[in-house]
Amino acid sequence: MYSDNILGFETIEKNLKAMAFKRLIYSFISILAILFLLSSGLTIAEENNAGSFQRGLSKFFDYPVDLFKEAFESGWRWYAYVFKYLPDLISTINMAFFSTLFGAIFALLLSLFASKNLIKNQYIVTFSRRTMDILRSFPELVIAMIFLYLMGKSELPAVIAIVIHTAGALGKLFSEAIENADNKPIEGLQSCGASWWQRVRFAVIPQVIPLFISYTLLRLEINVRASTILGFVGAGGIGEALSAVIQFRYGDEIIAIMFLLVITIISLDYFSRFLRGRLIGDNK
Amino acid sequence: MEQVLNQNVIDAVDLKHKKHIRILIITGFMFMVYLIGSIIHFDLPNLAKKWNKDRASMFMLDIYAHKDHIKMNWKDPQKIDVRFEGGHRHVYKDDPTWLIRNKNNQSTIVNFDNGGQFVFFPNRVEMRNFPNINEPFIFKLNKNGKPYVDGYVGKESMLPSWMRATENKVEVRPSLYERLQVYGSKVEVHRYELGWKYFWFDFDSPLVGKGFLDAISLMFNEDRVDPKISNFNLVVNEFLENEIWHHNTVLFAMVETLLMAILGTLIASMVGLPLAFLAAYNVTPLSSIRFFLRRLFDMLRGIDMLIWSLIFLRAFGPGLFTGIFAIAFTDTGTLGKLMSEAIENTDKKDKEGIQSTGANKVLQHRFGIIPQILPIFISQSLYYLESNTRAAVIIGAMGAGGIGLHFLGALMTGNDFENVAYMAILVLVAVMCIDTMSAKLRRLLIGIEDKK
Repeated sequence: MYSDNILGFETIEKNLKAMAFKRLIYSFISILAILFLLSSGLTIAEENNAGSFQRGLSKFFDYPVDLFKEAFESGWRWYAYVFKYLPDLISTINMAFFSTLFGAIFALLLSLFASKNLIKNQYIVTFSRRTMDILRSFPELVIAMIFLYLMGKSELPAVIAIVIHTAGALGKLFSEAIENADNKPIEGLQSCGASWWQRVRFAVIPQVIPLFISYTLLRLEINVRASTILGFVGAGGIGEALSAVIQFRYGDEIIAIMFLLVITIISLDYFSRFLRGRLIGDNK
Repeated sequence: MEQVLNQNVIDAVDLKHKKHIRILIITGFMFMVYLIGSIIHFDLPNLAKKWNKDRASMFMLDIYAHKDHIKMNWKDPQKIDVRFEGGHRHVYKDDPTWLIRNKNNQSTIVNFDNGGQFVFFPNRVEMRNFPNINEPFIFKLNKNGKPYVDGYVGKESMLPSWMRATENKVEVRPSLYERLQVYGSKVEVHRYELGWKYFWFDFDSPLVGKGFLDAISLMFNEDRVDPKISNFNLVVNEFLENEIWHHNTVLFAMVETLLMAILGTLIASMVGLPLAFLAAYNVTPLSSIRFFLRRLFDMLRGIDMLIWSLIFLRAFGPGLFTGIFAIAFTDTGTLGKLMSEAIENTDKKDKEGIQSTGANKVLQHRFGIIPQILPIFISQSLYYLESNTRAAVIIGAMGAGGIGLHFLGALMTGNDFENVAYMAILVLVAVMCIDTMSAKLRRLLIGIEDKK
């Protein structure tokens, strides 16, 4: 018995050392792989970049400094620019808001069919999940550019592109939230003979609605950025204004638009965090 | 007593319910107003009108089919040539089997798979044997050199819907796969066929016509096609240097985009983690450093990736660096903020335990905090890798290069839709690969962490 124990300790120590060694090897290999990736990637980048890294680094501050100088020189007029581009900004935010709303509605519908605890048919679940995967996988810009080509320049293609991407991205999060919901209320309602829709309405949705709203708010933030970018390829709004002033090299107006964008994104960030905190906090 | 209490409770519930309903109705009403306003603003009712049907059907057709152009000049009717997609370099040396030249009556017949024929004569073009079209249409030039449909001069409105005759052009499209255009100077027939032709090998490559499996088996065949180089190199070279599909540039651009995403995320996580430690109150006692770093994260995050890419575009020019740094800057802010919050939420008992053994600060953090945040760090970094793959495509189109820029270019030319589709599919595959890979990696790495 006693000798057994000694042997046991030895084995344990040996095993421990072997495991530590294995871990060390794994860490070493992954660090090597990362270093290799970094160095080779940066070499490729250096070879294929239009300008070299060092020259770029030395020129990095030139452009922002030029812009700020120009903005400073324009004096009081600069504030007028901020107001000049306010309508564009509002149109971009509205674009994002509208498409987030629609995307969330589609996502809700899709996610109900992609949750294993609501739909027992495996094929429907898999099909809806793959649909969401495909909707999510295309970058908004790719869809938007194709639709812009087919429909001419307007805000609608951008809205469609964002709705498609949002439906996929939010649908996945929604369905995960539904699957993580407590099953007991559903079973309780089922035991009273509630129909499928009644179970969804009174057992699932009250549980997941705070999470849904918080995800949607996060998505709204992402979509404001996206609709700015889509404006750049011709969907209107502040993105188009920015691309125009960049082409004309109006430094003061570029700074005014960038200022508006940064303020919007930061305030949206704080606002949505505040709202999310309230929503999730209240229900806990 | 009990009755009264119950009544009170019922009243209270009733009141709350009424308030709830009122709020719901007001929100619903505002929502409807907004919805209607926006639908008018975004012009949704005119969706169908804006939809350019011709462009869309051309786009769809070009994605899954290719076409050969058969062209005849009225001035030189004997010289009829067949070109692949109308390209200058892509003239067929031998006539395809569906083209029959008849020396006796100087006619040339273009056969279609559905039995239909367009027949070129020196002074006219005839349309024969198309299914469900009983009338043989004949197209000619009048004295002024303008095209017309024989027997329909002055009654153009009687023509079937798939035919359109204007002063300078007669356009005939019995179905999507056949198209005839008669101009004053020339006649052009487009013959569509399914598939991506010459996807593997170029028009004038020695390996033209070989499929994927043929090419693979040829790679390991000892008998050299070209005595100068080995078959393996020949196949790879010919595939990459395909001038119709530009595999060389497209695949390299895809690699560039992936590199942008991977390197950007790597740099962001490598810089973000140490900064996150400095910004966490349970690691850094100095509140000034914390405040400074917090604002730095806000700034990096708040200035959008688009604006960063514009700034870097000026400094580094179009290329990988612009993309890498735009991604790295934005995500350093996001990851730094997320990780500093994660560090502040760690259980301090672990750290105290390490501290009680007399370990110094560095060791306390190494063994007290890092094991707790590593799973979050890894999973967050991988999530950002996924979203950055998409972002890299977008930054690329903004000017940083990579597949995004090629995609934009191909779309703007307006006739290389098969290349557009090819790149879109490539992007889709790459994004899905990265998604699955990162999900697997996350499970693997975090699984190991959990077991520990």
